[in-house]
Amino acid sequence: MSEVPADRFYLSSHEWAQEGDDGVVTIGITEFAASELGELVYIELPGEGEDVHFEQQFGEIESVKAVSALNSPISGQVIESNASLLDSQEPITDSPFEEGWMLKIKPADDSWKDQLMNPADYESQLNNS
Amino acid sequence: MKKTVLNSAHQRHGARLVEFGGFEMPVWYSALTEEHHTVRKQAGVFDLCHMGRFEVVGDDPVTALDKVLTRDVSSMKKGQVCYSLVCQEDGGILDDILVYRLPDRWWLVVNAGNRDKLLPWFEEKLEGAHIVDHSESLAMVALQGPLAVGLLAPHIERPKGRSLETLGYYRVGAATVNLTGTPLQGWISRTGYTGEDGFEIYVDSEHAEAVFDALVDLSEDVHPCGLGCRDTLRLEAGMPLYGHELSEQIDPISAGLEFGVGLHKTTPFIGQSALQEIESRGPQRRMRGFTVDGRRPARQGAAILHEGKVVGEVTSGSPSPTLGVAIACGYVDSGIPEDASLQVDLGRQTPDLKPHPLPFYRRETEKV
Repeated sequence: MSEVPADRFYLSSHEWAQEGDDGVVTIGITEFAASELGELVYIELPGEGEDVHFEQQFGEIESVKAVSALNSPISGQVIESNASLLDSQEPITDSPFEEGWMLKIKPADDSWKDQLMNPADYESQLNNS
Repeated sequence: MKKTVLNSAHQRHGARLVEFGGFEMPVWYSALTEEHHTVRKQAGVFDLCHMGRFEVVGDDPVTALDKVLTRDVSSMKKGQVCYSLVCQEDGGILDDILVYRLPDRWWLVVNAGNRDKLLPWFEEKLEGAHIVDHSESLAMVALQGPLAVGLLAPHIERPKGRSLETLGYYRVGAATVNLTGTPLQGWISRTGYTGEDGFEIYVDSEHAEAVFDALVDLSEDVHPCGLGCRDTLRLEAGMPLYGHELSEQIDPISAGLEFGVGLHKTTPFIGQSALQEIESRGPQRRMRGFTVDGRRPARQGAAILHEGKVVGEVTSGSPSPTLGVAIACGYVDSGIPEDASLQVDLGRQTPDLKPHPLPFYRRETEKV
């Protein structure tokens, strides 16, 4: 069974969002999503200063087999993008919740958590799929 | 979604299952790249039960087939296997198939996704013959890779004491399969869709799972392999895939499959005059192979550009595990020279396409 850390929130399309002490939100994809994708070969992420929107595509990730959209669990502005992933996507596979983070976002509003699933709900989604 | 008789075997072997051609099939068991290398260097086992296995029954199956297939069926010898296209009147491809001339009967193996389309089509077009669909009752599994012949030979008995080694490339014969503790009567052909030496084995479906497991257990060097690596293996080997390189909108001449068309065979076949015309005026587009600059593979549907204008379209693309670069093939307008500067439209990027001869990969001994 895939790990679902309790310290963050989830989108049904398998992205996570974690709030830092400074109010900045880090986003990435879940272990379940990473294992579904298999071997990764390419990722495209937005740069600093670009806007992302809730449930809208913010980038693309490509496995040996197919291209998949990355959907944002939050609306806001990119303040940092994990540039090391452009060279090697292994951290996404090996450590999707830590080293495999993708973007740091300054949220557009404070209510962003209301639209997301809590860990228990996301876990039951995984169990029922 | 339909399942093959090997579905529970796939689950036991830890497969990730996806839809392909209407069937739930393994895309990989461990990892695509690893399975790809297994087939290139060792041997891999594939479930091919999703493909259609049709027997052609009638008073004169040869003439009936000759009228609907592009290949000159009448010249096939007993024990021979031939690649052929099934075309429409306008030359568009309905399917690409293998034709098996067994000592006393004729078989066709067709693509999974085209089974339901072809059955009524053959019923209508075959004159004096009809199809008996054995797809459910007869299983088909493959062992592909350089170790296949050596590992399999001790377990296969052929008529008149012939060894498996003497079964030639694209040949088929009766076989007693001694893999499961009980001798099984079936067929074996030296065919495949990987670019490696290998075999396809046909036994009654009730024994499919035992045969599949026994093949996997032949050696530590053998692993079950999914459709993911079957796709990268066939792409490297320059073999077309229906729904990618081939469709009802594409003819075999444009696809570079002239070898599979008896353009001037004496029995007229469906699509013959259209194909003769395409051949004489030259196709408007042609299949070409490329390596893609940079890390990102080009996928089916990506536009091929020359001086900013669309001059073609990618039909298949993937990282090539053997070559270590991204490879692609696609159709390009015939007027564009081989050495023209081409790019591929991947959204934010338009990396260069470098021409690469097809196939991308050829094993050292092509003919046995």
